[in-house]
Amino acid sequence: MSTSRRMFITGSGVIAAGLAVPWYVAGRWPHATSPGPLAHGPGLSPNAFVHIAPDDTVTVWLGKSEMGQGVYTGLTQILAEELDYDPRRIRVEFAPVDVAFNHPAMPMQFTGGSMSINSSYESLRKAGATARAMLLAAAAERWGVAADTLRTEDGIVLGEGQRAKYGELAEAAARFRPPREVALKDPAQFRYIGRPLRRLDSAAKITGRAQFGIDVMRPDMACAMIARAPAFGGSVRSFDDRAARAIPGVLDVKQLSSGVAVIATNTWAARRGCEALVVDWAPGPDPGLSTDVLRERYRALLQGPGVPVKNAGDATTALAGAARSFDVEYEVPYLAHACMEPLNCVAHVTTEGCEIWTGTQFQSEDRKAVAALLGLPPEKVAIHTTFLGGGFGRRANPRSDFVVEAAELARAAGRPVKVTWSREDDMRGGWYRPFGLSRVRAAVDATGMPVAWHHTIAAQPLLRGSPFGGFIPPGAPDPTIAEGAGDMPYTIANTRVDVHETATPVPVQWWRSVGHTHTAFVVNSALDELAQLGGRDPLELRRTLLADKPRHLAVLNAAAARAGWGRAREPGHHLGMALQESFGSIVAQVAEVSVGRGAVRVHRVTCAIDCGQAVNPAGVIAQMESAIVFGLSAALYGEIGIERGGAVQSNFDDYRVLRIDEMPFIDTIIVASDGPMGGAGEPGVPPIAPAVCNAIFAATGRRIRRLPITSSL
Amino acid sequence: MITLEINGARHELDAEPDMPLLWALRDLAGLTGTKFGCGKALCGACTVHVDDAPVRACVTPIAAVEGRRVTTIEGLPADGSHPVQRAWAELDVVQCGYCQSGQIMSAAALLARTPQPTDADIDAAMAGNLCRCGTYQRIRAAIKRAAELGGAPR
Repeated sequence: MSTSRRMFITGSGVIAAGLAVPWYVAGRWPHATSPGPLAHGPGLSPNAFVHIAPDDTVTVWLGKSEMGQGVYTGLTQILAEELDYDPRRIRVEFAPVDVAFNHPAMPMQFTGGSMSINSSYESLRKAGATARAMLLAAAAERWGVAADTLRTEDGIVLGEGQRAKYGELAEAAARFRPPREVALKDPAQFRYIGRPLRRLDSAAKITGRAQFGIDVMRPDMACAMIARAPAFGGSVRSFDDRAARAIPGVLDVKQLSSGVAVIATNTWAARRGCEALVVDWAPGPDPGLSTDVLRERYRALLQGPGVPVKNAGDATTALAGAARSFDVEYEVPYLAHACMEPLNCVAHVTTEGCEIWTGTQFQSEDRKAVAALLGLPPEKVAIHTTFLGGGFGRRANPRSDFVVEAAELARAAGRPVKVTWSREDDMRGGWYRPFGLSRVRAAVDATGMPVAWHHTIAAQPLLRGSPFGGFIPPGAPDPTIAEGAGDMPYTIANTRVDVHETATPVPVQWWRSVGHTHTAFVVNSALDELAQLGGRDPLELRRTLLADKPRHLAVLNAAAARAGWGRAREPGHHLGMALQESFGSIVAQVAEVSVGRGAVRVHRVTCAIDCGQAVNPAGVIAQMESAIVFGLSAALYGEIGIERGGAVQSNFDDYRVLRIDEMPFIDTIIVASDGPMGGAGEPGVPPIAPAVCNAIFAATGRRIRRLPITSSL
Repeated sequence: MITLEINGARHELDAEPDMPLLWALRDLAGLTGTKFGCGKALCGACTVHVDDAPVRACVTPIAAVEGRRVTTIEGLPADGSHPVQRAWAELDVVQCGYCQSGQIMSAAALLARTPQPTDADIDAAMAGNLCRCGTYQRIRAAIKRAAELGGAPR
């Protein structure tokens, strides 16, 4: 434990912390309409992240949303480490919208990009250390000793024969000025960071107590569902609501930007009301759009050069002069996020402002969007974040669609309204992982070594037009289209990667692991095609092409060794592998697969990850399992097809996801690393599709170049 | 008015007889632990017990459960002491948690009738409960652990 604390000036009364924290400085919730889940009562709040009450209740305020990925636990662990307080006794609250919770490099409060842990690491450590230093100062003053003669032990300050709980010192500590700088622990002294900790939200989630957005009830609240256009970009021409209004429980019918809303006393009546509406829909801007039409449009684009994102050597000349080459096309479908909790939002608009209760990943932008709709200053909009029943990117919508819509309806209804999306609304509502085509031309020399690689991609942009659009360099294509392709770790002398940015009426959005969802599939599959073309083992070839990348090699070798690559297997079982670096982490996976009568069975997945420091290794392992299942569902079954300008699939019968009886055994290794801290929520997704497809090739000699696998076999 | 017995308590509900039990539980009785996922018995998030058998509440009209015993996740011990809940906590099963009420109710029903389930028993009982967070490996292990802990509490 570090004892070298800078002495700091004793203040009289509460002084603002170094962080600009308006709601904290004011000492109360800023939103006139919001009572706030917790009024900051007496005690110590040295910054926006932590509060220590005189009764010894320690509360951490999370600016990140808990959607299954484990930040409720991991972030608390970070604070607990420096505060020296058992994380299992810390109360966790979801924070309001405030600049204190913005990403350190982006002026937004959001949860995404697998960045929650690494982007909060420093601020939460400092938050905990600051509170601890102030408690030490208060104890030092009370006991008339120097602060550096004191130590702490799990929530207690200890001196020579003296002891005091943090809570007993909290009010006295609040009178001190938070130190400008605090010493942080030597990582060798960590008690919590780096050690597995069980989830802190388990108790709430195994008793049904955890509150998701869909569970929120407000006084006088009505329930609503919305009839939505069958085609993307479609709109209401006219509607007949007589039958809907006759349904018991239906209170009102309102036309909105997104369709026709039925407001009722309960969700079932609202749903029946929607079914009884007769709506004449105007078609969208591309009523003939279908997957087949899109494929032909994209295929035509791939005949011409795209905007290059990488151009090393001369791929065109090398291809022309190579001993052996191929020219192949890969295709990935639109994918729905299909969170188990369908989208929903509770809104209440009053003359004072607006309150929102929902599970969102995008608090700052949702607040802005609602404020713009209602003509309010953003601080008049309060967002109460609940648990999220899955997010996977969908709950960070670039237009805040599900939030703005609820505010629009609540304003019209003049009372609190909960809008619940049906599963069909959720699945057919767009904002998908983009459909995409890739063309890969590649070649080997006479020894079988790769000498040329030309990868051309056609897909819709994700950042352009979103709140992140400003991060796209001028003239460059949207970076999400080629991430993981333009910067693939495999070194091939003549490499060109170029991009065609497309536009369709189908709205698209980041989907757990974003561009890597398609680039990992294409790069790792085509690399195996090159291995086969050159007569080389896929593992050996990868080792050769990663020779100058020790972290990648270590991950690859760890997965291959644990999986027993090259070892004889059960008859009919075959292995395939893939490696992808994404969100600052490197993940390799080996899939063990058998194929019988057109049915693929994935028996086992061995996964190795280098994510730098793992704050909660148990959480990292859980995220690898989660990501593999998520990616495997998509690889085997996932597809949103387009017909007549709208989505074909509508529920879990035609949009299948993996079930327990199809679950492979997953074995995860965290590779020890002193590399920079990477993410964990997303990097496990990209390698699974190509690992399985490479194993299918090993089993059958058939190369899967179009996902999902079941539509190709 | 329809009278339902939910978690041992009588509830008088002003509802149409064809209202699915799911919405009666959530919107009328205020028991929101039972979740809406699909509305068509495709995902299992709404699983409850009716006279100890697992039932998908989203397709079960309340008229069909009048006079029968309905148990929801709130009917399990609030302190999480049911063997299934204990095993779930011990093995860190939950992630987002949204499907877990249904998973736990399906697992509890399985263990009540099959105290030592095989993998095939688990597959058969649990294949209708979807989890997008991919917690299946831990669910399987936790059901086996719950069997060791005594399955259904007496």
